[in-house]
Amino acid sequence: MRMFERSFEKILFTAALLSASITLLIFIFMLVLGLPLFREGLFWDLLSDPWMPQQGLYGIYPMIISTMSIAFLGFLFAFPLSIGVAIFINGLAPGRIGSYVNTAVRLMTGIPTVVYGFVGIFLLIPLMRTILQGGSGMCVLSAALILAVVIAPTMILFFISSFKSVPNAYLRSATALGATPIQKLLYIVVPSSWNGILTGCVLALGRAMGDTMIALMLAGNAVAAPDGIASAARALTAHIALVIAADVNSMAFKSIFACGIVLYVLTAFFTAVLRLTTSRRAAS
Amino acid sequence: MHTHFKQFVMILTLMSIVALGIVSLTMAGSLASFTGEKGTLKIAGGTAHIPVMKAAAKQIMQAHPDIRISIAGGGSGVGIQQVGEGLVDIGNSGRKPTEKEIAAYGLTLFKWAIDGVGIVINPHNTLTNLSQKQLQAIYAGNVVNWKELGGADHTITVYTRDEASGTRAVFWKKALGKGAITPKANFVVSNGAMKTAVANDPHAIGYVSVGHIDETVAPVALNNVIPSLESVRNGEYPVARGLYSNTREEPTCLTQKFINYLFSKEGQALVAEKGFIPVK
Repeated sequence: MRMFERSFEKILFTAALLSASITLLIFIFMLVLGLPLFREGLFWDLLSDPWMPQQGLYGIYPMIISTMSIAFLGFLFAFPLSIGVAIFINGLAPGRIGSYVNTAVRLMTGIPTVVYGFVGIFLLIPLMRTILQGGSGMCVLSAALILAVVIAPTMILFFISSFKSVPNAYLRSATALGATPIQKLLYIVVPSSWNGILTGCVLALGRAMGDTMIALMLAGNAVAAPDGIASAARALTAHIALVIAADVNSMAFKSIFACGIVLYVLTAFFTAVLRLTTSRRAAS
Repeated sequence: MHTHFKQFVMILTLMSIVALGIVSLTMAGSLASFTGEKGTLKIAGGTAHIPVMKAAAKQIMQAHPDIRISIAGGGSGVGIQQVGEGLVDIGNSGRKPTEKEIAAYGLTLFKWAIDGVGIVINPHNTLTNLSQKQLQAIYAGNVVNWKELGGADHTITVYTRDEASGTRAVFWKKALGKGAITPKANFVVSNGAMKTAVANDPHAIGYVSVGHIDETVAPVALNNVIPSLESVRNGEYPVARGLYSNTREEPTCLTQKFINYLFSKEGQALVAEKGFIPVK
């Protein structure tokens, strides 16, 4: 029995080690394949050049700007929405409505993003075209709006679970002191579930930056850097999807490893910022 | 009376058997060559090819349920790359693979149709003709309003395809004369997506395979020549290319039979039916 338990522990440990190392291996893989870029000193040029294959420029600067603007704008729309829905489900909703909304949110996490993209093309894009006047309707704003719907469920579920973990004693004491439900939310629930909120935000932001379909279908994929939320843009992920078909030996193909590295570093950066802030709060 | 009815049913049954026999005889042709074959055939690449590929696959799979044919898009670049790497059996391309690609992957080329690439706009747009100069100016981003071309006062939305597209390669070379494409152009990933985009955007301009042009989009004449089957066939409309299906040097039996089917009478009839120009 002991033998069995010990070997089982080992198996689990290997599994954990494997999944952790895969993350690292992917990064190493990209670095190795992107090595020619570093060796020729092209990597830093790529970060600041425009994408003009005909002129021999394979820069991804416009795509970095696009990814950032689509992801952050989407996050900006999704965050208040998610906090609101989470608070609604967690106490403000009358009767059973809260649990119905909760079920709907859980259901939404399972819908493939391509479905949202499809709905966006036929419902949102024509609307945006009339509202924004001039342009196709495919733009940063369209992609960000749909992206907000895609990442909101992740945040909502995280927020709810962290709200639920607030000790009941705190809430009862607050009630005893005569706090209204809103006061309890603002002064007890939200402050004491700060870590969960941050985790949800970073996960959602990571998902927003990593999403391919929404940007590919709704942002217009123009190679110029967007000069406003109404102009078309090409995200890093969409760029990879569009260029991956190029000749393997071409510079265009090599440059997509730079995209991969940038995406990886951006996501890692935000995760690191989160870890630092949460651990500091825990320490204080 | 009763026996009469029985006889009637018998005759009806016989007649339907004969009729079925005749149908299957006429179907036989080259579909019969697939008899005894089974397995999966994977096709990917050029999106202009898809209507013909789908129709051919449907015919073959209905007659021979043991054969599975999967068809994916991705663009000509993807087709050449994937067949080269051995990921698919047939890689389609809407341009002739380059000498380099043929040599590197050891490709065999089969050109089974000729297709034009036509300029399309939304049917609400009244424009009917563009000179090559005007077209170049639009795609270069120098003419940005329909007003400058005698249309409504509205920004032109330029649509183009990604670099892996054979349709783009041909359009860029023969219609734009290798002219610039504005970085503000919107990118779509297939002929189908281009058609949807232009059909839904009243201010759009784009280009699709002539076989894909239908009533949802309006073709525009280039230098007074309307892109149509007729004008592509007689060479009047210059923006044309072959549709290729590429295989590795030694295709499997099923792959070879599929290619043969495309060149058969039935296959070429499908080509014509889907709006392309048969090679035979």
